[in-house]
Amino acid sequence: MPDPLLLDAAALSRALTRIAHEIVERNVSGADVVLVGVQTGGVHLAHRLAKTLGELWNQPVPTGALDVNMHRDDLGNHLAPTVHPTQIPGDITGKTVVLVDDVLFSGRTTRAALDALNDFGRPRRVQLAVLIDRGHRELPIKADFVGKNVTTRANERVNVKLKEADGEDGVWLVKNGNGSLA
Amino acid sequence: MIWNRKHLLDIESLSADEIIAVLDTARQFKAVGERAIKKVPALRGKTVVNLFVEPSTRTRISFELAAIRLSADVINFGAEASSLKKGETLKDTARNLEALNADIIIIRHSATGAPHFLSRFLKGSVVNAGDGAHEHPTQALLDTFTIREHRGKIAGLNVTILGDILYSRVARSNIWALLKLGANVTLCGPSTLVPRVFEQMGCRVTYNVDEAIADADVINLLRIQHERQRQTMFPSIGEYAALFGLTHARFARTRPDALIMHPGPINRGVEIASDLADCGRSVILEQVTNGLAIRMAVLYLINGGKGAQELGGLG
Repeated sequence: MPDPLLLDAAALSRALTRIAHEIVERNVSGADVVLVGVQTGGVHLAHRLAKTLGELWNQPVPTGALDVNMHRDDLGNHLAPTVHPTQIPGDITGKTVVLVDDVLFSGRTTRAALDALNDFGRPRRVQLAVLIDRGHRELPIKADFVGKNVTTRANERVNVKLKEADGEDGVWLVKNGNGSLA
Repeated sequence: MIWNRKHLLDIESLSADEIIAVLDTARQFKAVGERAIKKVPALRGKTVVNLFVEPSTRTRISFELAAIRLSADVINFGAEASSLKKGETLKDTARNLEALNADIIIIRHSATGAPHFLSRFLKGSVVNAGDGAHEHPTQALLDTFTIREHRGKIAGLNVTILGDILYSRVARSNIWALLKLGANVTLCGPSTLVPRVFEQMGCRVTYNVDEAIADADVINLLRIQHERQRQTMFPSIGEYAALFGLTHARFARTRPDALIMHPGPINRGVEIASDLADCGRSVILEQVTNGLAIRMAVLYLINGGKGAQELGGLG
């Protein structure tokens, strides 16, 4: 049986457009907003959101990438994860940073991202945008903008594919995963 | 991620992919060094011991700073101030450090194979910071990193290593790394210090400096190691400088984009004319900066390598 489809390409695109509008609603002026995608899944999403937001605000939105692997709390339990580039556009002190990730699960990646962000400055506020919230939080972390809430079992896995990396858009629920972080 | 080793003992046993994994990881750690806050918590709560039985300043400081930037706790341990002077064996010293729950032991020793020896009975990780005239793996990694940063690749480049090859662990580690990554390696120096046997590794050996540097993309000058030479291998320092040093006349005949490298410490006026060490094509200080990034990457990767240990893995 094929893995159940949670979002097809059109639904994924609509979810991102809705998130963009919610970001605009929350942040009337785009002047102080910086988008930061969490490596690797959040980076392409951040760039897509930046494109829509740029049109809505009529000005380009600075967009960066953040790798959280050096800040993870489970290093040493696994093989060292591959470290991807971190690029923060300009000084984020005083700005509104919108963290963008594909899947929100335990919240540990987000915690690591908040720590990592600290090394670059002190944002005025940080908001969290995720494409999928699959529950099973282990930390007091909540997303501000959610594309789709999905009820999952701990041993399932949410597989997000994006054109930029995988050649197609869509989100699938994979059964009988090993329970590792999505 | 291709890396699943618990130790870094030498370059000889690494694959090209593993070397590339370290270089790629180091690129991200170099970026950390350029931030306002240069510290990340990757090794928080880990204890790193610098066990330098043979004196060293720059390598020890580089490893120490790398460990500190990764938020580890660092202990420096020199032979002079230790019980090794009182006759304690290396094995006992290392086991005592382990009894203090050291997670990573970085060792420099005048005996070839000392890190390999420790790795056979220690539960923690071992990093070779130079063992006798055998290997100095992090130096080769930082040298290839520096070349790759400037040229974008290693494969197909002509790299000349000039100087004391016989007593040089830097040369051996560099030769392994460069050959694995596809470079053409030429060795040159006084015949007493550059035995033909290196040809068996796949290097070109020549005693003609002009020929060695003529089409080199990279010229790596090695220090004359007075302390390691048991007898006089060449008549005088002055003669070495005249016959094998990088003088202005020789520099003028190198390719206009050839990189000049030296692992330090430099004997100015011997291996290289003093002002050439500071010229635009010299990347000697970049090597020092890159060494820090490489050592952060190595410590980060072997710390994660604990997974391999349980699987009875490599290294």
